[in-house]
Amino acid sequence: MAPLSIIVTVKQVPDTNEVRIDPKTNSLMREGIPSILNPEDANAVEAALRLRDEHGGSVTAITMGPPQAEAVLEEVLCLGVDRAVLLSDRAFAGSDTLLTAFTLSRAVLKMKKFDLILCGRQAIDGDTAQVGPQLAAFLGIPQVTYAEEIVFSEGLFRIQRGLEHTRELVAARPPLLVTVSASGPVPRHGSLYALAAACSGEHIKRWGARELALPPSMLGLSASPTAVKKIFEPDRSVKGEAFEGSEKEMAAQLIVRLRETGCL
Amino acid sequence: MDFSFTRAQVLARDMARSFAQAELAPYAQQWDEQARFPAEAIAKMGPLGFMGMCIPREYGGSALDGVSYVLVIEELASVCASTAIIVSVHNSVGAYPIYLMGSDEQKTKYLPDLATGRKLGAFALTEPNVGSDPASIETSARSDGGFFILNGTKTFITSAGTSDTVIVMASTDRAQRGRGISAFIVEKSFPGITVGTHENKLGIRASDTCELIFENCRVPRANLLGPEGAGLRAALNALGFGRVGVAAQAIGVARCAMEAAVHYSRERNQFGKPIGSFQAIQWMIADMATEIEAARLLTLRAAKLKDEGRPFATEGSMAKLFASETAMRTATKAVQIHGGYGCMKDYVVERCFRDAKVIEIYEGTSEIQRLIISGSVIKK
Ligand SMILES: Cc1cc2nc3c(=O)[nH]c(=O)nc-3n(C[C@H](O)[C@H](O)[C@H](O)COP(=O)(O)OP(=O)(O)OC[C@H]3O[C@@H](n4cnc5c(N)ncnc54)[C@H](O)[C@@H]3O)c2cc1C
Repeated sequence: MAPLSIIVTVKQVPDTNEVRIDPKTNSLMREGIPSILNPEDANAVEAALRLRDEHGGSVTAITMGPPQAEAVLEEVLCLGVDRAVLLSDRAFAGSDTLLTAFTLSRAVLKMKKFDLILCGRQAIDGDTAQVGPQLAAFLGIPQVTYAEEIVFSEGLFRIQRGLEHTRELVAARPPLLVTVSASGPVPRHGSLYALAAACSGEHIKRWGARELALPPSMLGLSASPTAVKKIFEPDRSVKGEAFEGSEKEMAAQLIVRLRETGCL
Repeated sequence: MDFSFTRAQVLARDMARSFAQAELAPYAQQWDEQARFPAEAIAKMGPLGFMGMCIPREYGGSALDGVSYVLVIEELASVCASTAIIVSVHNSVGAYPIYLMGSDEQKTKYLPDLATGRKLGAFALTEPNVGSDPASIETSARSDGGFFILNGTKTFITSAGTSDTVIVMASTDRAQRGRGISAFIVEKSFPGITVGTHENKLGIRASDTCELIFENCRVPRANLLGPEGAGLRAALNALGFGRVGVAAQAIGVARCAMEAAVHYSRERNQFGKPIGSFQAIQWMIADMATEIEAARLLTLRAAKLKDEGRPFATEGSMAKLFASETAMRTATKAVQIHGGYGCMKDYVVERCFRDAKVIEIYEGTSEIQRLIISGSVIKK
């Protein structure tokens, strides 16, 4: 059987367990917050590695971000990814999900043929879950979202999707894009054996706008149709209300209140 | 002077941290309580390179530098001090001496299994009557054709029960005292070896510490490690490096105790406010943080000297002395900050307190470190 060529997209995100919102500016306070590999991307990497380990082939990780995002590439190289690409350019700054997906799609097209693109379902900093599907759209390939399990046999990927109350089994032919959720395969531990090679820089390619031949009209903030208007912490305080009286009286009062508030 | 880490050093630390969180944290308390050897965790560490950190690639090691090595040991110890000492002993005095002094045949025969964790290493110097004064060891090795015949008892040997190979110090010439001691690579399967008492210890309880009894144990001449009579020097060299790992272990324990104390001082209210708002508590925490930082710098410096190929024995002793005593002081304060709860097994500081005490003793007591340090200072 032919070996699999797999691309997995990864993102460096602030550890949102530690992020606070600045009440004055309504922006994320990222100062001093450690950066981590987006958790669901780690599930996607694991899914990629398992498929490669079983069927042979290679896994290429790709990230778009500032130069220091190279750290997540070194991290996934330690997990066993074969090579990595860093898309970094000042001109990429301010890209929204659409432009990020577009830029990623150019990078994918620059690589040689692939069978499967794996993405984490969503990134914990933006929570949009848009980049994967948009990337599939730009490449004109089918997409399957919320994957928990992926197997490959007889030229077909069989994917188990985890939906709210059900599981769905989907079969698809390569090439396709799959987004992997947190209930996907549990990421393995990094290996100290891989450390030296991962940090040697030999396995990481760096591409900017020029290498991807991106026109200025498709770059960064000005070309991004989405703008964040405001970030705020929702008011989660809920006021309880207690009624008094007999059961009947309390029920009657409850019905009145529910009508008043438009619930009934 | 550059105090920043390389990316590889940071990644090594992060990998050890996430491994420790996933594979040690859920079980460390239980292992301690049941004095159970963390066999599953150790088995997982081999393929990840944790068991061959000081061994080059050609012999199956992951070939980390000394700085990465101490960062890794600190991370493991900050979650489970027992696992940290098993790993440290295996790497620094179980496997590394074979790389340093072994013949090509010995390296090829023993290192690949040790460095990949397929086999576990131990180091046996201490005897019932001999601890701090290793020149007086009584275990004897008598030459007999192609063999040495070992007789004697080693005591308090880390991983003695679980290990596959033990580097044993024995006297080939009693009259020569220190200069008559030789080192041997002894396979546990050699005839004439019995594992004696499994010690029931105060701390570091999940590490398996036992007696090893040699009764006419036949060790092939090919397993003499280094020249005959050079064993004590070899042992002291190995311990010199071992101590740097033990210092890192102490820092991990101290850090664990401090983090628990900081957390508790925020949660616990007395007199209507968190106890962390009292200056008495704040000052204890300030001292802990300062001493831990100082201990870490001493330890990293010893590791860095080793990486540069420079002598580091005195600095290693300083690191071991200061870090282990820091761990003890920090754990003591951390228990104090916890009040009565700190005496309960439900709180990690109770374990830190017991573990820290042991670290002041093995691989050379604090007194012996002071002896080494003063010796080197006064000689100058
Ligand atoms: C958990 C554990 C694991 C161990 N693992 C190993 C192992 O893997 N391999 C191994 O070989 N050993 C091991 N040991 C033994 C350990 O290294 C010794 O216990 C230690 O070196 C002290 O020796 P001792 O116990 O005989 O004490 P002693 O040497 O009898 O010392 C008793 C006291 O006298 C002090 N003292 C001794 N001489 C002097 C001096 N000249 N000046 C001032 N004070 C002095 C000591 O500091 C100590 O306070 C282990 C011990 C423990 C507790």
